[in-house]
Amino acid sequence: MSSDSIISKKLDWVLIGCYIFLVICGWLNIYSSSVDVEHSVFDWQAKYGMHIIWIGSAVLLALTILYVIPARFYSVFSWWIYAFTLLALAAVIVMGTEVNGSKSWLALGPVRVQPAEFSKISIALVLATIMEKYTFRFSNMQDVVKVFAAMGFPMLLILAEKETGLALVYVGFLLAFYREGMNQWVILSGLLAIVLFILTLVTSPFTAIVIWIGMIVLSLSLKSRNPLINIPVGAASLTLVSFLPRLCRIESISNVTGIFKPEVWLTLLTLPVALYFTGKFLFNKRKSVVRNSMLAYMLGIGLIFSVDFVFDHVLQDHQRLRIESLLGIKDDPMGAGYNVHQSKIAIGSGGLFGKGFLNGTQTRFDFVPEQSTDFIFCTIGEEWGFVGALLVIGCYLTLLIRLFNAAERQKSRFARIYGYCVASCILMHVVINIGMTIGLMPVIGIPLPFISYGGSSLWAFTILLFIFIRLDYESRK
Amino acid sequence: MDVNSDRKRVLIAATVLAFAIIIVKLFAIQILSSEYRLSAENNALKYETKYPARGLIKDREGRIIVGNKTTYDIQVTPYYVKEFDTLEFCRIFDIDTSFINEKFRYYRQYRTRIGYQSMTLLKQVPGEKYNMFVEKAFMFPGFSGTPRTSRTYNYNAGGNLLGYISEVDQNFIDKHPEYRSGDYAGRTGMEEAYESLLRGQKGYTIYLRDAHNQIKEHYRNGEMDVTAVAGVDVVTTIDAELQAFGERLMKNKVGSLVAIEPSTGDILTMVSSPGIEVSQLAEISKYYNEIISDPYKPMFNRAVMSPQPPGSCFKIVNGLIGLQEGVVRPSTMYPCHHGFIMGNLRVGCHGHASPLDMYHAIATSCNSYFCYVFKAVIDNPKYGSVRASFNKWKEYTESFGFGVKLGTDIPSEQAGTMPTAERYDKLHGKNRWKALSIISLSIGQGEIGCTPLHLANFAATVANRGYFYTPHIQKDTPECPIDERFKVKHYTMVDSCHFVEVVKGMRMSVTGGTSRVAAVPGVEVCGKTGTAQNPHGADNSVFICFGPMDNPKIAVAAYVENAGFGATWAAPIASLLMEKYLNGEISPQRKDLERRISETSLKHKVRVKKK
Repeated sequence: MSSDSIISKKLDWVLIGCYIFLVICGWLNIYSSSVDVEHSVFDWQAKYGMHIIWIGSAVLLALTILYVIPARFYSVFSWWIYAFTLLALAAVIVMGTEVNGSKSWLALGPVRVQPAEFSKISIALVLATIMEKYTFRFSNMQDVVKVFAAMGFPMLLILAEKETGLALVYVGFLLAFYREGMNQWVILSGLLAIVLFILTLVTSPFTAIVIWIGMIVLSLSLKSRNPLINIPVGAASLTLVSFLPRLCRIESISNVTGIFKPEVWLTLLTLPVALYFTGKFLFNKRKSVVRNSMLAYMLGIGLIFSVDFVFDHVLQDHQRLRIESLLGIKDDPMGAGYNVHQSKIAIGSGGLFGKGFLNGTQTRFDFVPEQSTDFIFCTIGEEWGFVGALLVIGCYLTLLIRLFNAAERQKSRFARIYGYCVASCILMHVVINIGMTIGLMPVIGIPLPFISYGGSSLWAFTILLFIFIRLDYESRK
Repeated sequence: MDVNSDRKRVLIAATVLAFAIIIVKLFAIQILSSEYRLSAENNALKYETKYPARGLIKDREGRIIVGNKTTYDIQVTPYYVKEFDTLEFCRIFDIDTSFINEKFRYYRQYRTRIGYQSMTLLKQVPGEKYNMFVEKAFMFPGFSGTPRTSRTYNYNAGGNLLGYISEVDQNFIDKHPEYRSGDYAGRTGMEEAYESLLRGQKGYTIYLRDAHNQIKEHYRNGEMDVTAVAGVDVVTTIDAELQAFGERLMKNKVGSLVAIEPSTGDILTMVSSPGIEVSQLAEISKYYNEIISDPYKPMFNRAVMSPQPPGSCFKIVNGLIGLQEGVVRPSTMYPCHHGFIMGNLRVGCHGHASPLDMYHAIATSCNSYFCYVFKAVIDNPKYGSVRASFNKWKEYTESFGFGVKLGTDIPSEQAGTMPTAERYDKLHGKNRWKALSIISLSIGQGEIGCTPLHLANFAATVANRGYFYTPHIQKDTPECPIDERFKVKHYTMVDSCHFVEVVKGMRMSVTGGTSRVAAVPGVEVCGKTGTAQNPHGADNSVFICFGPMDNPKIAVAAYVENAGFGATWAAPIASLLMEKYLNGEISPQRKDLERRISETSLKHKVRVKKK
């Protein structure tokens, strides 16, 4: 520990500034959403009172991380921390308390902690430890298995706690993997899979297949020698294919017999072609594009046909309803869509400058559920308006870009990977949380970093961020 | 490093893109769309209506006829209702348990639609019962009371005239969009006519409520609230005491009694019998079916809605027209041989001296005399044809207000009927009718129908010697002036000098003619009896009078259906009313008359359709 003053110029004050701004903003909005006129500011029973304690302790944690714990500690003890986290996660399943349908809280005396929130720190540390090695390659199967296993174990435990939202956040680590050399197609195909999934739900499997074929035909045509000829030919044949069931009047009997559904017909017609080309160019390097496209096509078909199964059997009821509500399949503002409907009303009624501090009618009077935790952004949108929301979003953007740049700058691979993990994690939280409150994302109960009420969340993000600031400080010394 | 640096840029670009999408969406819902702001207001603002006190209705002396008392509507929020002592609840409000069970069955059935809303369980609960409820309110969570004003009546008088108020129904709201469900509005009589003055302005208090529909606080400390403005008191021209007296006289009789102050057109009394008891008015919904199914139609304001032949009272009209047209002079003598006989036409008459002049013709109500007068008017060579002179005659009668709406402020006023030349064309063939074909008009029979109000107005016109003010029931006060149209003198087409002659005749009728029973000690009463034949049974008893002869203070018309001679029933009723008004009390020698009249029931003589 250097002996220079606490306010060191070598600390990243932009990150710390953003942190302070968001935490203060968080407290103000928690106060506004949970205040009762009769009580004083320092009512320790109320959420805003409790949150002062959380903030105070978080600051102590941050100072401890910055000035007490040496930077080496994290890389040395990452596996120990990880093991401890797994233990805690498992303990929760055995003896946790259930809150709102998810069994993810561990009662430690008077306070309850949510180990799942902290798990992202240990995963980030362990991932950095694994990938820091100079021999680490994403092309090496062993390394990949190691990485996904490290991520998978806590993820499974968290899923078992029914904290699907937090588990989903770990998908964000793919961004860090991408930076560390993972094939971009992995991420792209992940995105494509999501698009196909939604398309199938929103329209019909048949439409999804037609569009999927269209995308494959288009990419093949673009890669071919004569795209000007191939694109129109492809488009024409696709149009023909899409009207095929109508031409054959199959639609009229499709309701009766399952095997004659148009999507089944289409698959039966096109699958042999795909199989043929896949087989023909299986080992042909020059035609690998055709082969890969055909493989992708078949995977896509498989996905489309499995959508119904996943939707009906894998997802939980409330998640299914939320997705249906988000996609507009079922419009139910009083049921599954209630939260988002009310949250949009709260934010939408804020207008340009908002209704002013403590004047939000929607958030103060319980129209929006979970208003101080997952839906805290509603209070910001309602009371501070578009301008306030923009300020908060701008602050997050600054924080994230700063994090990406700072991570990239790191000399140590450990610090860099860890930095990217922190950034991805915060990015996922922010985008999913805000997206959810304004109806861009399905309702996934995860907190807004640094702002949402809750000790576990605030502590976890404080530790996550300040470990990086500490590592960054080390590299600047 | 380059590749990786690129990847950093890709990540930053993706981050910026994601945030940009969020910002665009925020812009769309916060700035572009107003839908969410409106939804937010619907969510959070609860308007609690403050009902104003309805204006009072006072009589011409300032006595309150219709007042207000506070009653309570009992509201229930089914969502908050727990198990409660139904028996105790029913005991407090004096209701049947089956009523409560029925209501709660309904609430259960529609619980999703009702949600946290409050429903009105009981209406117009009197204060005493409400106080009992308040003492035990802790036993009944979910129930509450809202104060409403309802009407009280200090005089048992004027049920039809005053009208009632009732809660507006959907039909009414459709026609009057300024009303909301739960409002009350005047539906008949004065309550309807002066609704705009009486109702006042509703106010509201805005509260903020939470998602559970619980009131949290006053919105902006009440700066947006609107206080209720009480309705304006309306002063009527009615004399409450006189009205009550009139109703006592008309009790158990079918007909009307109307009194007008000639010098102003103020309606002093307007009785339609049988009428609605004021005790029923306040709780009209309870009695509505009973009233509606009453074969005597108590809702029907006969005084302005029931045109009937005026009978002999109309002779004065014909006399005046004859005098004005110059076809007859007061001294002109006509014979009467127990009737008017011409060819094979005979209009019967009763026994009296013959020949006689107009004064005596009026006094004895000679049919024959006025047949001659009418014939002279219609056969007047001045107009060249029967048709032309008939039209002239009709013009005269209309100048008295007959056959047209007088334009009073009483709702549902009827115009009555006067025959037209076209009607006679149809009846007798085009222009194939002459004076004798329509001779029954001379004595107020035939195709002629005028309301009791027309008759009273005519009495006032004679009292004024030739003009009238449109009768009205709103008193002219500085705070609430009446319409200008009530301040215009309407002159008839007959000159004042001719009225003087018929007034002499009407005076003689009281002193020594058919109207002797109407003589009031100390008052120079002028009157005219009428006995109107009608196809629905016994003759209607009619009487018009005014007094004192010089500088008249009151003009009265009484119309008693199927009662018989005008002198027997209508004349005593009208004169007693006049006596009461002018002398303040009934003289001892007429007490017997008063008792006999008020105690006799003539209802049975009226044939009604039994339902």
